[in-house]
Amino acid sequence: MPVLELESVHVYYGPIHALRGVSLTVERGEIVTLLGANGAGKTTTLRSISGLIRPARGRIALEGRNIVGLPPHEIVKLGVGHVPEGRRIFPRLSVEENLALGAFTITDRQEIRRRLEEVLQLFPRLAERRRQQGGTLSGGEQQMLAIGRALMMQPRIMLLDEPSMGLAPVLVESIFEVIQRLNQRGTTILLVEQNARMALEVAHRGYVLETGSIVLEGPAAELAHDPKVQAAYLGARE
Amino acid sequence: MRRALVFGLIGGFAAWHLSLVGLIEAFAGRRLIGQGVTFSYVLLLALMLTVGYLVGRRISNWTGLLGAALAGLLVGLALWVLALLVATVDLRTVFVAASPALPDILTFNRGTGAVGLAVLLLVGAAVGFLGGGLTWLPATGRRAVLTALAIAVLVGLLRDVLSPIFPAPVMGFLFTPTGGLSLPGTATVLALALAVPIARQVLANRASSHRGSLSVRALQRRRVAARVIGVVFLASFPLWAGLFLSNVSDFVGLYILMGLGLNLVLGFAGLLDLGYVAFFAIGAYSMAVLTSPELGHFTLGFWEALPIAVAMTVVSGILIGLPVLRMRGDYLAITTLGFGEIVRLLVLSDWLKPHLGGAQGVTRIARPELGPFVIDRPQEYYYLILIGCGLAWFLSVRLRDSRIGRAWMAIREDEDVAQAMGINRVTAKLLAFATGAAMGGLSGALFASLVNSVIPQSFSLLVSINVVALLVLGGIGSLPGVVVGALALVGLPELLREFQEYRLLVYGVVLVAMMIFRPAGLWPEETRVRELEEAAEEGKTRAPAEVAAVTQDGA
Repeated sequence: MPVLELESVHVYYGPIHALRGVSLTVERGEIVTLLGANGAGKTTTLRSISGLIRPARGRIALEGRNIVGLPPHEIVKLGVGHVPEGRRIFPRLSVEENLALGAFTITDRQEIRRRLEEVLQLFPRLAERRRQQGGTLSGGEQQMLAIGRALMMQPRIMLLDEPSMGLAPVLVESIFEVIQRLNQRGTTILLVEQNARMALEVAHRGYVLETGSIVLEGPAAELAHDPKVQAAYLGARE
Repeated sequence: MRRALVFGLIGGFAAWHLSLVGLIEAFAGRRLIGQGVTFSYVLLLALMLTVGYLVGRRISNWTGLLGAALAGLLVGLALWVLALLVATVDLRTVFVAASPALPDILTFNRGTGAVGLAVLLLVGAAVGFLGGGLTWLPATGRRAVLTALAIAVLVGLLRDVLSPIFPAPVMGFLFTPTGGLSLPGTATVLALALAVPIARQVLANRASSHRGSLSVRALQRRRVAARVIGVVFLASFPLWAGLFLSNVSDFVGLYILMGLGLNLVLGFAGLLDLGYVAFFAIGAYSMAVLTSPELGHFTLGFWEALPIAVAMTVVSGILIGLPVLRMRGDYLAITTLGFGEIVRLLVLSDWLKPHLGGAQGVTRIARPELGPFVIDRPQEYYYLILIGCGLAWFLSVRLRDSRIGRAWMAIREDEDVAQAMGINRVTAKLLAFATGAAMGGLSGALFASLVNSVIPQSFSLLVSINVVALLVLGGIGSLPGVVVGALALVGLPELLREFQEYRLLVYGVVLVAMMIFRPAGLWPEETRVRELEEAAEEGKTRAPAEVAAVTQDGA
C-alpha cells in the first residue's frame, strides 16, 4: 500500500480551478519530486495534503485512510510532516524551542528530549546554535531547522516545499545531501522543487505539474532525459 | 556651531509649544522648592538642559560647551520673545493658553523688559552649559545626577501624597508649610538620591572584583531577599500609604489584572483584541445585576456572584472568539473593536434598561463580607485586588511555560506553520480568549464592587486602548512589563492631576518616544531569556552529578 495516494484531487480558490484532478502516489522509502513552473499548483498540492486547504473533490489517502476534511492538526498526528515554503521557522524562538514545537503532538517530555538530541546530532550546525533565536540563523541553517523541526514528529511522509529556494549554490548542494541522507535513514519524502536538475538527481520518481494537471510522470532518470522536461525545466538548448 | 543653532531653535519651538498648549501654566501652581520654584520652571529648565546636553553630546570638546550654552541661550531668547509677544498682542482668540499670566511665568516673574531678557539669557546659557557639561561626566555619574534631579522633582510633586506616610516632623523638615521642598529638604533629598546610586555602584564594583566568590547561590539568596522585601512591601502597603495612594493602587491593580488578561491574548497568542473592555464591562455588569437590589432580579452576595460573573465572561470570551477565529491582524482588531462598542451600547440602551439600568447605571452593588467583617474601604479592597493579581500572575506564568503556552507562541509567530506542527488552532485561540476574558471579568467584578456602582461611561473604548497601551509601554508579552506599564500609564497620571487634561498628548509623546528608544518596551520579555541563561549556567554547575545519575540509570 502506498504511503500517500492522491486520486483526482480538485482544488478551487474561489472561481480559480487550481488543481484539476491531480493523482499521484508515493511508496514507502521513496523520494518523489513534483516539478512545475510557478503557479502550476505544487504548493497547493502540498497544502491540500496537510489539510491547510480543503479539496473540492477527490481522495487523499494516507496508508489507505482517507484524510480529506480532517483538520490540519489531526493530519499531523497521522504522520504528515510539512516543511512550508520560504523557511518559515519561528524567528523569535530559539533553535531548541523551534524543534520542540515540531514535536508538539508528543506529550512525553523525555521523548521530546531524546528526539531533540537525535535531530541535533543530524545537524551539528544547529547543535552549535541551540540557544540562538531562529531568526538570527543563516538561510541554509534556517532551512535545516525547518527540516529538523518536521523530523521531530517522526513523520511517515515529509512534504518539502522548495527547500532550495533563495539559497546559495553551495548550500543547495548540502540541502540536497541532507534530503538524501534522511531518505537513506528511512524517511519517505515528497519534494516540490523549482531546481529540477537537483531534484531529479536525488529523487526516485517524478511528476510534472502544469496548470493544475499532471502532464508527465516516471522514474527520475527517464524524466531527466525527456526532451520536454529538458526544454522546459532543465534549460537545455535544441 | 550650526548644530547648536539648530538645537537651540528646536528647543525654542518646544518651549513655545509647551507654553501655548497650556502645559506650562497648568503647572504654575505646583511649588517644588520653597515658594518660588514651580514645576513650570522645572519644565523650562529641563528643556534648556536637554538642549545643552544634546549639543554637548554631538561636539565633545570646549566648543561643544560653548555651543551648549548658546543653545540654552537661544531657548531663553525664544521664551522672552514669546513672553513679549503674549504681553503686547492678545493671542487668546487663537491660543487659549496665551493668558496674561503667561509672560510672568515665562520670564521667572522678571517682566518682559531688559531685566527679564537678561535673566532669561543668563539662565538659559548657564543651564545649557551645565547640560553640555553633563556629557563630560562618566556615564554612571551622569545617570546618578539625572536620577537624583528627577527624584527631587518627583518628591516635590508628590508632597500631598507623601504627607500621610511620613510623620509630621519629617514632613516639616522636608517641606515648607505652604510651598514645596524647603532648602534643607531639597539638599537632603538630592544628597540621598545621589548617595544611593553611587553606593550601589561602589558595591557593584567590589562585587565584580570578586566575581569568583560571588556564587550562583549568593545570587539566588539575593533574589530570595528581594522577593521577601517585595512581598512585605506589597502586603503592608495600605497600612502606611493612606487613603489616596490606596485608591490609586486599587485602580492600578485593576488595570494590571486587565493587562495580564490581555497579555495572554495579545502578548502570548498575538491576537490584537481592541474590544477588551467588553470583558471588563461584562464582569462588572454581571456583578451589578446579580447583587444589586435596585434591579430586583437577584440579590446574591459578593462571593456567590463573583464566580458567576467570571464564568459569564468566560462564556462571552468564547462567544466573541468563535466568529473571529479565522481573522488575523487588522481584521481581528476592527472586529473586536466593534464587539467592545456593541457591549457598551447594549448596556446604554433603553431596550435593556429594566435589566441593566440604562444610562443611569446600577448602584448598591454588594460588598464582600468575611464573616462579620465587611470589606468597604479602598485599603481593604487593595488586598482583594492584590490576591486577584497574584492569581492571574501565577496562572500566566504556568500557562506561558505549558504546552498551551507554546502553542500560543507558535500561533503568534506563524499561524500556518503552527497548524502544520499539529497545533489545534481553534482550541488554542478559544482558550486564549476565554482565560484572557476571565481575568478582565474578574477585574470588572472587583471594580463594580469597589466603586459600588456601574455606569456605561466607565466602559468606553479608552479603557481598551489604555490596556493595549500599557502592554506596549511595558513590553508586549512581558509580565513585569504589565505592572510597569500600569504604574506608568494609570498610576502616574492619577498622581499628577494636572496631567489629566494633557493625558492624550503625553500618551502620544511617550508612545512615539518608546517606539524610537525602547521598541521592545520598558521591561521587555528578553529578561526571561536572561533568566533562562542563568538557569542553564546553574545546570552546568550541577551537571556532573546529573551525568553520573544518568549513566547509573543506563547501567
